[in-house]
Amino acid sequence: MKLSELTAHELLDLLKAKKETADSIFSSVKNVIDATEAKINAYAHISDKPIQSKNSSQKFQIPIAIKDNICIKDYPTTCSSHILKDFKPPYNATVVDKLLNSGALITGHANMDEFAFGSSTETSFFGPTKNPWNLNCVPGGSSGGSAAAVGAHEAIWALGSDTGGSIRQPASFCGVVGLKPTYGRVSRYGLIAFASSLDQIGPLTKDVEDSALLLNLIAGHDKLDSTSANIPVPDYTKSLTGDIKNLKIGIPKEYFIEGIDPEIKESILQAIEVLKKQGACFEEISLPHTEYAVATYYILATAEASSNLSRFDGVQYGLRCHPKDKRRTSLIDMYEETRHQGFGQEAKRRIMLGTYSLSSGYYDAYYLRAQKVRTLIKNDFNEAFKEFDAILTPTSPTTAFKIGEKASDPLSMYLSDIYTISANLAGIPALSLPCGFSKEGLPIGLQIMAKPFDEEMIFKIAHSYEQNTEWHKKKVAL
Amino acid sequence: MAQKEGRLMKQYETVIGLEVHLQLNTKTKIFCGCSTDFGKSPNSQTCPICLGLPGTLPVLNKKVLESAMKIGLALNCKINSLVKFDRKNYYYPDLPKAYQISQYDFPIAHTGYLDVKTGENIKRINVLRAHMEEDAGKLIHDSSIKSSLVDYNRTGTPLVEIVSDPDMRSPQEAYDYLTTLKLAMQYLDVSDCDMEKGSLRCDANVSIREFGQKELGTKAELKNLNSFKAVKSSLEFEVKRQIDLVEQGERVIQETRLWDEGKQITVSMRSKEKAHDYRYFPEPDLVPFMVDAENIESVKATLPESPAEKQSRLIKDYELSDYDSSVLVQDKEIADFFESCIKKYNQPKKVCNWITGAFKQELNARKLNLKDANITEDDLVCLIEKVEQGTLSNLAAKDVLKIKFDEKKSIDDIIKDHGFSQVSDDETLKKVIDEVISENSKVVEQIKSGKEGAIGFLVGQSMKKTQGKANPKKIGEMIKRRIIDG
Repeated sequence: MKLSELTAHELLDLLKAKKETADSIFSSVKNVIDATEAKINAYAHISDKPIQSKNSSQKFQIPIAIKDNICIKDYPTTCSSHILKDFKPPYNATVVDKLLNSGALITGHANMDEFAFGSSTETSFFGPTKNPWNLNCVPGGSSGGSAAAVGAHEAIWALGSDTGGSIRQPASFCGVVGLKPTYGRVSRYGLIAFASSLDQIGPLTKDVEDSALLLNLIAGHDKLDSTSANIPVPDYTKSLTGDIKNLKIGIPKEYFIEGIDPEIKESILQAIEVLKKQGACFEEISLPHTEYAVATYYILATAEASSNLSRFDGVQYGLRCHPKDKRRTSLIDMYEETRHQGFGQEAKRRIMLGTYSLSSGYYDAYYLRAQKVRTLIKNDFNEAFKEFDAILTPTSPTTAFKIGEKASDPLSMYLSDIYTISANLAGIPALSLPCGFSKEGLPIGLQIMAKPFDEEMIFKIAHSYEQNTEWHKKKVAL
Repeated sequence: MAQKEGRLMKQYETVIGLEVHLQLNTKTKIFCGCSTDFGKSPNSQTCPICLGLPGTLPVLNKKVLESAMKIGLALNCKINSLVKFDRKNYYYPDLPKAYQISQYDFPIAHTGYLDVKTGENIKRINVLRAHMEEDAGKLIHDSSIKSSLVDYNRTGTPLVEIVSDPDMRSPQEAYDYLTTLKLAMQYLDVSDCDMEKGSLRCDANVSIREFGQKELGTKAELKNLNSFKAVKSSLEFEVKRQIDLVEQGERVIQETRLWDEGKQITVSMRSKEKAHDYRYFPEPDLVPFMVDAENIESVKATLPESPAEKQSRLIKDYELSDYDSSVLVQDKEIADFFESCIKKYNQPKKVCNWITGAFKQELNARKLNLKDANITEDDLVCLIEKVEQGTLSNLAAKDVLKIKFDEKKSIDDIIKDHGFSQVSDDETLKKVIDEVISENSKVVEQIKSGKEGAIGFLVGQSMKKTQGKANPKKIGEMIKRRIIDG
């Protein structure tokens, strides 16, 4: 097997035993990038040489792809948007600093939906990313580039960001493991914000052990991020015990309603059987406010986004455009033309939605009400976790869809996040891992959620499942 | 016309409320570690956070919260235990995030008051709220390059906005409120309160209504008020303008008006229809948190003496008059200087006279702040003592003081170098008196006939001849002895 196809923990063992060098690992990955990138388009920006720190402790010399919305110092960081053309931040995101200190070799910036607005990576200024399992299909999104890079072995592991499912849904579409940590577990400093109260950076990896390892490297309090939690970070690899005996896992009935692909439902039911054999107990539960999650999310997320994206005005950095009409020379004209040319259609749609719901006279009916519903959704989970150790659901109601299939139908696109959005609204951790394939050979994802700051519980269950199945070992043939 | 105005003014009641922005004097900015130093080269006091570069996040400077709580407590406000920030969204090149982090529905302080001496009365002006926010940068319009430049040094400087209720009934009251507020803030040591440097800024809301009318009239918001005088003058102009409008049967429209200092008029800037919708919403990057009662109490315990408290104490401890004490407390530095002088020379009335008289005159003449003046309490005490001991005349002492402001020499050296020592030796004085008596025989006759008060005139003449160096007390005695006692 090629080095690029190994997991990070396998490669770390080889490095530790001095059987391989960081250079050989990096070139193995680089060779895959050179051979496959034209087909996949997983990257927005590829670095010829690894981006690395000279004064690192050099332990975790693993090639990693970073989503294009996470700042890398002096390297193009563009959110796959025209408006951030050539923007090179003069600072690293905290997670990038942490990774570089650990020895990481950054391969480049992974492609994404523009400003993370989307579930298919089709809205990128750099063109869509393809699903490694079927090049006619989307990789999911918005961290589609990160998921596809890991799935296609164009990176050993990757960082994505998840605002409403943007790590988990592409992970499920690309057959990899994706974790959205608890809100506040990982610093957001240097993550170009989409919706600040929902965004969270997390790992996309080939297996659960890698997910735990990568979370170890990036988690923790950051004095530059007031929303990061000052709670000690455990060694997450210690939770990979395989012991899930007598754990109580809830199955929310609201997640198995009309619209779910029968193949996916079947896969989940089989997964439940696997876990039951390991001693876990299952029970149907209710999360009564689930049906309001998508609406709530699209009000709150777009409201925050409309404000967060206001700074892209052509004044300080990125794109600046002036109207062709020479009479339009005012400051407002420059703002309008820059944003007109700089933002894609979906970004404009969300900015308008958010601006509307925050406007005077609408605030109470939309934003404020959505905040109240968010609390109700959070309470649903609080109640459930009083009795249950974890909640198990499908990650997405469908497998990867065809490129272009939903591009002109935003509402059906929004619904592909129906199972993932609640975890962001509630701030809880959630992970997607492979649990089967459709008849067409497309991966299916299983989602496990736990109470805030209990990523260990998720890893424990996911790892047990992985140890008793072979899905994660199935490799893409490109 | 004057009569008509007088009648109109009497018929209408003026209603004024002020919004005051104070730039806090914390060392660093409100959400990052950049320095707040004023007057540095453009954009040198910036970092990715205050420049609002994508991905950066704000972290609250705890010193700002402390100062804001102090301000709230000094204005007798209730402190909100929930500390929460909001975003105020609008586009302007001096606002790099295109939103200002401010406080909307939970200002740090609310429902307080400030007692203001206006004329002979004390009037209580209610304070609606005081909230924390970040300052914007500065645009510099350069006509030579046909474009505007932005200086972000000021971006993120902490501000506290203090909003009064519409409690003021005349431009004078507004002026008195503003000066009283400024003084209170200077005593708190939370801001430089310098309107010229922009560390204190004021917008005024003003409307008129007929006496007896309960509801408020339509207000105009006055901006670009760059001095205390501008606040008063603009309000006076605006009140007249509104009364004239109403008298002519027209309506006052709600709008923002700019004060034109050159023309001394207000001009319309934008009407309410075009006003911004700021789309306030809670700032998700700053987690709301609670300050407990204990925390509030501990800040309260650090509050320094207020101007009113200081004045009462000066009256009580030093038996100063109401007037003297009020002059002293007008400037905290001066009042503190007075007290340090008293520690070295316990003659309150004399020290007070010197400070509020000659000393302040010299400061004012040079437009100096005390801290920038080249004089210590030791210098002033030394001077007063010399006068009291009779080794220096009052007049000479004033000259010495003047020189002291301009020359870096000790008081003794100035006296020596400029020949200010008082002439007390009998021989010299005797000669001078002889001259004066022979030149003023008529006056001498008057004195001899019992008009002893005229001695003062001869003393004055003698002082003149000695360029003020003579000891007037001694001269007086000598003249008296010569003429009356023979």
